Amino acid sequence: MVKMESSTLSFFKNPTIIIFLIILFLLPHFTQNIHFHHVLIMFLLYATLSQAWNFIGGFTGLVSFGHATFFGIGAYAALVLLKKFGLTPWVGMLIGGGLAALLAFLIGYPVLRLKGHYFAISTFAIAEIMERLFLNWKYVEGAIGLPAPVLEENFLNFMWYKNKLPYFYIVFIFFLVVLLLAYKINRSRLGYYFRAIKQSIDAAEGLGIDTAKCKMVAFILSAFLTSLCGSFYAQYILYIDPPSVLSLDISIKIVLVTVLGGAGTVIGPILGSAILIPLSEYSRILLGGTGKGIDLIVFGALILLISVWQPQGLVGLFRQGRK
Amino acid sequence: MDLNIILQILLSGLLMGLIFALIAVGLTLIWGVMDILNFAHGEFLMLAMFLSFWMFSLWQIDPLWSLPLTVIALMAVGWLTYRLIIKKVLHAPGLTALLATFGLSILIKNLAQFFWTPDFRHIQGAILSDKTLEIFSLNFNLAEIVAALGSALITYLIYYLIFKTKTGRAIRATSLDRDTARLMGIDIERIFSLTFMLGGGCVGVAGALLINFYYVFPNVGSLFGILAFVTVALGGFGNITGAFLAGIIIGMVETAGGVFVAPVFKYTVVFVMYLIVIMIRPKGLFGW
Repeated sequence: MVKMESSTLSFFKNPTIIIFLIILFLLPHFTQNIHFHHVLIMFLLYATLSQAWNFIGGFTGLVSFGHATFFGIGAYAALVLLKKFGLTPWVGMLIGGGLAALLAFLIGYPVLRLKGHYFAISTFAIAEIMERLFLNWKYVEGAIGLPAPVLEENFLNFMWYKNKLPYFYIVFIFFLVVLLLAYKINRSRLGYYFRAIKQSIDAAEGLGIDTAKCKMVAFILSAFLTSLCGSFYAQYILYIDPPSVLSLDISIKIVLVTVLGGAGTVIGPILGSAILIPLSEYSRILLGGTGKGIDLIVFGALILLISVWQPQGLVGLFRQGRK
Repeated sequence: MDLNIILQILLSGLLMGLIFALIAVGLTLIWGVMDILNFAHGEFLMLAMFLSFWMFSLWQIDPLWSLPLTVIALMAVGWLTYRLIIKKVLHAPGLTALLATFGLSILIKNLAQFFWTPDFRHIQGAILSDKTLEIFSLNFNLAEIVAALGSALITYLIYYLIFKTKTGRAIRATSLDRDTARLMGIDIERIFSLTFMLGGGCVGVAGALLINFYYVFPNVGSLFGILAFVTVALGGFGNITGAFLAGIIIGMVETAGGVFVAPVFKYTVVFVMYLIVIMIRPKGLFGW
C-alpha cells in the first residue's frame, strides 16, 4: 500500500497537473452556460470535501459516515450569524469552523478509540442525532429551513445573484489550498503516521507514534475544512434546511466520491468528484425533471458498475495507464 | 406510572425487537463470514415487502401463504448479488464492497420508486389485518405477535443451522479463517453464496411478516437498514446471539423513547443509547 501512495508524490512537479489546474481555472471563462458553471462549482466543492474527508477516512483509515454534521455546522453558522446578527459570512465561516473543530474534539475523544465499523456507525449515529435536533430547533426554523437575507451583492456579504463566477473563484481557492495541504501532509511525517495507523494501529503504537493524538489531529482538521465547505455551500445556495446540509445523503456522497476516486490518495478525490458530480448534477438537470428518480437510477447503476469493473478505484486506472 | 403501561411498552418493544433482530441477524451473518457490510440489506427488505404486497393486491395471495415464495425470491436476490457483484469486489480494498453495495442500494431504491411511485401502501383484509389480541388487559396487534414469533423461530433456525449442523460448522470455519477452511476441503464459494442466500432469506421472512401491519414505500428499507446496522454494532459485529439480544434491546428502547421522550425523538434515543453503550463496551455488548 505504501508503494502505491508514493506514486502520487511527484504531484506538483508533474506538468500534467499544472496544465490541468490552469485549464480548470480558465474553463468557466469560455462559456456563459450557467449549468456548466454550477457543475464546475459543485465539482470543486465535492473535490474539496472529499479531500477533507480523506484525512480521517482515507489516510488514517477511520471511515466517517457523519461528516454532514460538520458540513451542516458550517452552513448554519454562516447563515444564522448573517441573518440574526448581520455578521459577514467570512467571520461566520471561521466561527463555524471553530465550532466544528470543537465538536470534533469533544466527540473525537471517546469515538476515535473505536475500531473500524464501530467508529463508522458511531459517527453516523451522531450525525443522525444532530439532524434530528436541528429539525426540531425553533431558533434555526427547524424543518422549515433558513433562507438567506437578501443583501447587496458584494464580497463582504458573500452574495452574488447574477453571476456564479465569484463563487467559482472562491471555491477554486479552497480547492487549491486544501489540495496543497493534502499534498504537504501526505509527504510529511504526519502523513506517514496516518498511514501507519491505517495499516496497523498496534504496530504504529509499537513504533512510538502517539496514535490518539494523530487521529485527533486528522479528525479536527477534517471537520474544520468540511465546515468551511458547508459555509460556502450555504452562501452559494442561499437556502438551507436540515435535509440539504445535515442528512446522511451528504455524508454518503462525500464517502462515495472519495472511495470511487481512490481513498487515501491525493488525486483520488479529484478523480471521484470529476466523475460523480457532473454525472449526478447533469442527470439531475436532464432527467430530474421527471420526478421519477431516473437520475438516481443512473447514478446508482454507474457506481455499481465502476466498483465492479474497477475495484481499486479510479486511481487504479491511472496507475495501469502509467505502467 | 401505571404498571400496565410499562408492561405494555416492554412487550410492544419486545415484539418489534424480535423483528429487528431477525433483520440484523442476516446482516451480521454476512459480515461475520465475509467481512462485508451489505448496505443494500434494507432495500432487500423493501423488495420482500413489496413482493408480498403485490402478490396480495394482484392475485389475492395472503402474505402468510406467499411467505415461502417471498423467501425463495429473496434468497435468489442474495445469490445473484453475490454472483454478479460481491464476488468481483471480494478481494479489492475494504471500501470497494461498500461502494458496490451503496450503488446497489441507490439503484434498487430508485427503481422501486420509478415503477411503484413513492406512495405509502398497506394491506387491507389479509388474514392477520386489523385484529387485536387482549392478554391480561394489554392490547396487541395480532399481526405483530405473529411477526415477532415467526422472526424468533427463524432466528432460532439460523442459530441452529450455524451452531449445530455440519454446514454451519463449515460456515463458522470459513468465518474464522478462509484459507485454512479451503485447505480443509470446504468449498468457500458455496459457503459465500449460501451466506448471502441466508441473509436474503432473513429479510424475506421479515418483509413478508412486516407487510401485515407496516406500510411499504421505496424508502422503507433505509429506516430498517439503519436500525439493523446499529443493532449489529450494538451486539458486536458478526455475533449472531449479540444481534438477537441487541435487536430486542433496541426495540424496547425505541418504544420507551417514543412514549417517555417524544415520538419524533424515538430513534434519537436509540442512537444515544448506542453511543453510551459503545463508550463502555467498544466492541459492542457481546463482542470480544
